[in-house]
Amino acid sequence: MEGGGIGLKKKLDLGDVEWTLEGGGRLSEVEVAYTTKGVLSPLKDNVVCVCHALTGDQYMADCHPLTGKPGWWEKMVGPGLAIDTDKFFVVCSNVLGGCLGTTGPMSKDPKTGLPYGLSFPEVSIGDMVRVQKALMESMGIDRVFAVVGGSMGAMQVLDWIVRYPESVGYAVVVAGASRHTPQNIAFHESGRAAIMSDPHFYQGSYYDKDEDMRPRRGLAVARMMAHITYLSEGALQRKFGRRRRDGGSRGFQSDFEVESYLRYQGSNFVKRFDANSYLYLTRAMDIFDLSSEGEGSLVKVLSGVKSRVLVVSFSSDWLFPPRESKLIVRALAAGGCFVSGALIESESGHDSFLLDDRPFLKIVGDFLRGGWRNEGGTV
Amino acid sequence: MSEEGKRDLEGVYDRRDFEEIGRFVGEGDRVLDVGCGDGRLLSYLQEGKGVKGFGIELSLEGVGECLSRGLSVIHGDAEEEIEHYVEGSYDVVVLSLTLQAMRKPRDMLYNLVRVGKKAVVSFPNFGHWRVVRSLLWDGHMPVTRVMPRAWYETPNIHFCTVRDFMALCGEMDIEITGMVLLDEGMGEVFRLSGGGGSGVSFWHHLRSAQAIFAIHGRG
Repeated sequence: MEGGGIGLKKKLDLGDVEWTLEGGGRLSEVEVAYTTKGVLSPLKDNVVCVCHALTGDQYMADCHPLTGKPGWWEKMVGPGLAIDTDKFFVVCSNVLGGCLGTTGPMSKDPKTGLPYGLSFPEVSIGDMVRVQKALMESMGIDRVFAVVGGSMGAMQVLDWIVRYPESVGYAVVVAGASRHTPQNIAFHESGRAAIMSDPHFYQGSYYDKDEDMRPRRGLAVARMMAHITYLSEGALQRKFGRRRRDGGSRGFQSDFEVESYLRYQGSNFVKRFDANSYLYLTRAMDIFDLSSEGEGSLVKVLSGVKSRVLVVSFSSDWLFPPRESKLIVRALAAGGCFVSGALIESESGHDSFLLDDRPFLKIVGDFLRGGWRNEGGTV
Repeated sequence: MSEEGKRDLEGVYDRRDFEEIGRFVGEGDRVLDVGCGDGRLLSYLQEGKGVKGFGIELSLEGVGECLSRGLSVIHGDAEEEIEHYVEGSYDVVVLSLTLQAMRKPRDMLYNLVRVGKKAVVSFPNFGHWRVVRSLLWDGHMPVTRVMPRAWYETPNIHFCTVRDFMALCGEMDIEITGMVLLDEGMGEVFRLSGGGGSGVSFWHHLRSAQAIFAIHGRG
């Protein structure tokens, strides 16, 4: 039995071989940082793997060590919640290429003793999933009861069920897509451009500089732009309207409330995130394409899926709109898979999956409970 | 009658309906229930016959109920969703007491026999004597157990009689392989199994509150 804990770290045993990534690059050492909740059953059959989003991390249900904020899925993961830690042993690891303990561009390259920076190899969603699978195996877990994730996490879930059809019982794909649209890529590219045009970027080799001499402004701007895509017009209207602080000023002080909100988001983000990681992870999302074999191949790719899948989307999400989820649902259904789909009415845009949205949380809980019943689970 | 009593009675009606539908379903079949509600029928078939249960349901509440029963269900408009289902991908497609609520019942019927190797359709018979009496004597649209709502708020927009349904099947070249007609108390009025001529008389027709048909396309 393993108890819950935070801030765990593990060096993966790669044997004598190097880790060859899908993009062709190699890593001689991979370390994974993760957190767990709940208790692993003696049969190791109650494992839920949670996959985090682009700017998420392993602190799904624990207080974040850098920001002091509660876990990003504290409403989802916990005793009696949708991902019920009274039943499940829940594992969430920082993705490959991330910046909170798992090997990424800010890690030291064992060959040079210096941070990788832009010499870090290209990372794919599939690489992230392979690392998660290796982490599970290092804990003696061959099959997980469920894999759950939203946004970039949803992409990982899709990769899991295609790559390891025998190893996943249930899968929850939230606010995801089988690939990025040109619009998605365009938004990411503007964010990357903001980072790379920061005079403190130094071609990604800024780790020896003081905090305020790193590309924090570029990263903050990238975050501000991205944050708009996570919300909806209606949510911004409701939250801020055209309200001003201090009765409105001339010039370019942030006087609209929405402005100061975005600036706050940007400046907070840079305290916990690395600019190079942002480049690598947005790129990984852009190149992800389940149906890269061409039109109509999504059905073929998904026809080997053996997991029972739930696909959830939100009505006001224009970044990963419901029609993208529908494509996945229909392709899985056409392949004869056990697929469920739910569309949640919500005004909060893409961000809905991180909010205290009761109907959403309930649907995920219902799905996992039904699955647990199917398997005759008793924990 | 108390709420509880009503629920029990509904339970009895359900079970009879389920039993009859279940007769047309094979052990371990892939069953798609179109408009599956809270998944009670699929659950019943899953427990009794070990079927693999799938559904399409419009309400999120219904979807949640189905999921917690371990069923696979797609949230959406049945008439829109079923268009995307692959030909012959289910052993049985069930449409239980829902045909009359469809915008395009004929298209739905076509899709049922397209997607299912077999389809089971149940619907309230608009030729039942209570309906006829209500129209003829009272001059009002009928309100009965299977059609419990007033005309202005009923989701049922395309009522048909048993004979209407059979005529449409004929027109669409759909073969009727089984039929059960039930009276108000869910007692059997008429049963046909194994195709052939109908043999439904005027009196059978008048006494039937509900009809259950097993059909398939000839294609």
